[in-house]
Amino acid sequence: MRKFNQFIGFTFSKLAVSIVILTLFAILLFIFKRGFSVLNPSFIFEFPKDGMTKGGIFPAIIGTLCLSFGGILFALPLGVMGAIYLSEYAKSNIVIRIIRLGINNLAGTPSVVFGLFGLAVFVKFFGFGVSILSGSLTLGILILPVIIRTTEEAITAVPKEFREASYALGATKWETIKKVVLPVATPGILTGVILGVGRAAGETAPILFTATTFYTRYLPDSIFSEVMALPYHIYALMTEGTKSELQLPIAYGTAVVLLFLVLGINLIAITIRYRARKEKKW
Amino acid sequence: MKKRKPIEYLLLSCALLSIIFLFAIAVSLFKEGLPIFKVVSPVKFIFGSHWYPAHDPPEFGILPLILASLLITIGALIVAVPLGIGSAIYMTELAHPKIKEIIKPVLELLASIPSVIYGFFGMVIFAPFIQRIFNIPTGLTALTASILLGIMALPTIISIAEDSITSIPSSIREASYALGATKWETIIQTIIPAARSGILTAIILGMSRAIGETMTVLMIAGGAAVIPKSFLQPVRPMTATIAAEMGESPMGSLHFHALFAIAAILFLITLGFNILANHIKEKRI
Amino acid sequence: MKKSASHSKAGRVKKVLGVVAVIFVIAALLSGCKPTEAKKNIESLTLTGSTTVLPIVQKAAETFMDINPNARISVRGGGSGVGISALIDGTTDIANASRAIKAEEIEQAHGKGVSPVETAIAMDGIAIIVHSSNSIKGISLEQIKAIYTGEISDWQEIGGKSGPIIIVSRDVSSGTFDTFKKLVLSGEKTRADALMLASNNAVTTTVANTPGAIGYVGLGYLIGDVAALEVNGVYPSQKTIIDGEYKLARYLYMYTNGDPQGVGKEFIDFILSPQGQKIVEEQGFIPIR
Repeated sequence: MRKFNQFIGFTFSKLAVSIVILTLFAILLFIFKRGFSVLNPSFIFEFPKDGMTKGGIFPAIIGTLCLSFGGILFALPLGVMGAIYLSEYAKSNIVIRIIRLGINNLAGTPSVVFGLFGLAVFVKFFGFGVSILSGSLTLGILILPVIIRTTEEAITAVPKEFREASYALGATKWETIKKVVLPVATPGILTGVILGVGRAAGETAPILFTATTFYTRYLPDSIFSEVMALPYHIYALMTEGTKSELQLPIAYGTAVVLLFLVLGINLIAITIRYRARKEKKW
Repeated sequence: MKKRKPIEYLLLSCALLSIIFLFAIAVSLFKEGLPIFKVVSPVKFIFGSHWYPAHDPPEFGILPLILASLLITIGALIVAVPLGIGSAIYMTELAHPKIKEIIKPVLELLASIPSVIYGFFGMVIFAPFIQRIFNIPTGLTALTASILLGIMALPTIISIAEDSITSIPSSIREASYALGATKWETIIQTIIPAARSGILTAIILGMSRAIGETMTVLMIAGGAAVIPKSFLQPVRPMTATIAAEMGESPMGSLHFHALFAIAAILFLITLGFNILANHIKEKRI
Repeated sequence: MKKSASHSKAGRVKKVLGVVAVIFVIAALLSGCKPTEAKKNIESLTLTGSTTVLPIVQKAAETFMDINPNARISVRGGGSGVGISALIDGTTDIANASRAIKAEEIEQAHGKGVSPVETAIAMDGIAIIVHSSNSIKGISLEQIKAIYTGEISDWQEIGGKSGPIIIVSRDVSSGTFDTFKKLVLSGEKTRADALMLASNNAVTTTVANTPGAIGYVGLGYLIGDVAALEVNGVYPSQKTIIDGEYKLARYLYMYTNGDPQGVGKEFIDFILSPQGQKIVEEQGFIPIR
């Protein structure tokens, strides 16, 4: 009987993990299977044509790249400096706990709330309008917790001996951080940066009211330009337009491109982290 | 070592930014959301069962939206918790280390699939499937959204639950074996109870993720602002309402303020969940 | 130990520099593919607003830019409310709307020194649709209202085959619902168990899949296995809507700050031209000229 219980339990666990992995792969497979036939160079490098039923998605790809790199540009310095404080300077437990609570809560805030915040503050209050700037700032705040967490993890993983060796050579704390700790922690920080870019590239709700446009024939020429973006493009193609059966293949193709981008970015991050962990021999 | 004080202040202010942003978000939501309560009392707003924001006169009762969010979240948990904990048990206790090495990054990769992709998949493949299986008028239902949100929450739940099970000291395990327990009995009677705070945190964070998810529910929950009676009907969760109606409401109108008030309530709900999860994790309840 | 650490550190730094370099190259490429053609006389125009009007404006913008290479048009969705608010804030040149501007919006506009001017560009008919197997071919406005408010719940009551009527409606925030509510329900609420769907496409699909269903969609969405009903003896078509015989129709608008000027005027004139109105028709809406 006990053996039987164990058998049932083990079978359930194995079944669970198989279901999880298979379901997720099935979703990807369905989309890839139907989306691949749409992919070709002109789909990637052309502008939409004929009322979004033909042509490509080039401006949406560029827009998404602009927005996610813009987000990182904003979040990276702030996040890294915040993480340095948390891991190297902070002494008072209460301060650390409050800051950590803030980071966790920011990470858990629904994405649509970021969208409204961006609309109220960047678009309207600061008057940046619907633009790359507004969208990037909104996304930057969204990915700030990702940057802080990964950076902190990377800095904490730097062995104490490194710091002590640096102090022994007469270096100040800041010099030690700059010249010893940060360089060693760079792969970890880079992982965070890449994860942040990947996260920002896939978000829809935060840019819905802050950065996106449905159609333009031009690439952005300043941070005040509005842009097309891949996630919004999928959403718009699925919900609007009177020629839905002609737009569906484009939506499939866009989904495949977005998946390639996001999964590819994350794969790079995971590989870097994996290599960095393997290399560590101290 | 205290020579470079200014740098420390700079770093501190960066560290405090998260809280400042959180605070700014709260302020902006309440500033735009509170005016609705001059017209509708908070009680009527939260417990009113009619959401007719564009009617004349408009009615702002968000109970159907709150219940829709709860229904979908509960449904998502029913899907995600058994599968998530089962998977975590498999990975920590049963899997060969090499297989674990593969599954972990794969799950991490899958966690990064954008929500709009789930919504897209739901619209073109999953909803028609649900519609055929249950022979109902539309496949855009609470059930459809629940299952997809459950799948989306899985990587989060698995990874946190796995971490907390892994952190159980092996001495506990060995003690249980020494008492003659089988491997499975050890897992169920010893390891899971010992890891409960981590598992609970995983579930709460999964819930928080599900209730705040926007694009997926916007695309596949169906969108009917009525008090849900079953899983097989279209519903309109809070997040979907905000995303769908923000564009149509005249800026500065009551409808506009009502949407910000919904966002504020949503913000408070997820804030509560996250503080709770944090508390459980720290106190190891 | 220290030596090996610094060695692998150097390796890592190199790798990082490589990645950074790649990022910069991508960035450089990006800035390189900026449009360099004819910087002179570029006239940009932004249109924001109703998602209903989006297909028309998008297609018109494409054609307009083919004719006028100097025009640079960006078409943004968001919804009628967003469009009008952007006009008030001065962040868009033209606001597209599937409803007329509201009194409170006009008030806000005047407060900021903006005077919205309305131009109707097309009409949108609302078709009452049923499953193609339904024997009912026509219906009266009163019957539609009775069905949607719950007074009539079986097809037999209006002369069809016996069976429950499944009501499909749009969500309350949509412009289509707004029009339907005004023209058919005269302000009353729909039966509580109506399916409230978020898009025209969803309504069409649902009705096409459900033999006992009734729904309403914009005329452009009459696709697939659905049949449009005659309302008060008139079948929805371009002709009957223009003639005013078919009552379930609304105008689609563009709003500008003051009378349209410059490239904005050219664009609106283009949409109202025969070529523009042909686009309106192609996208499933009713031309008004």
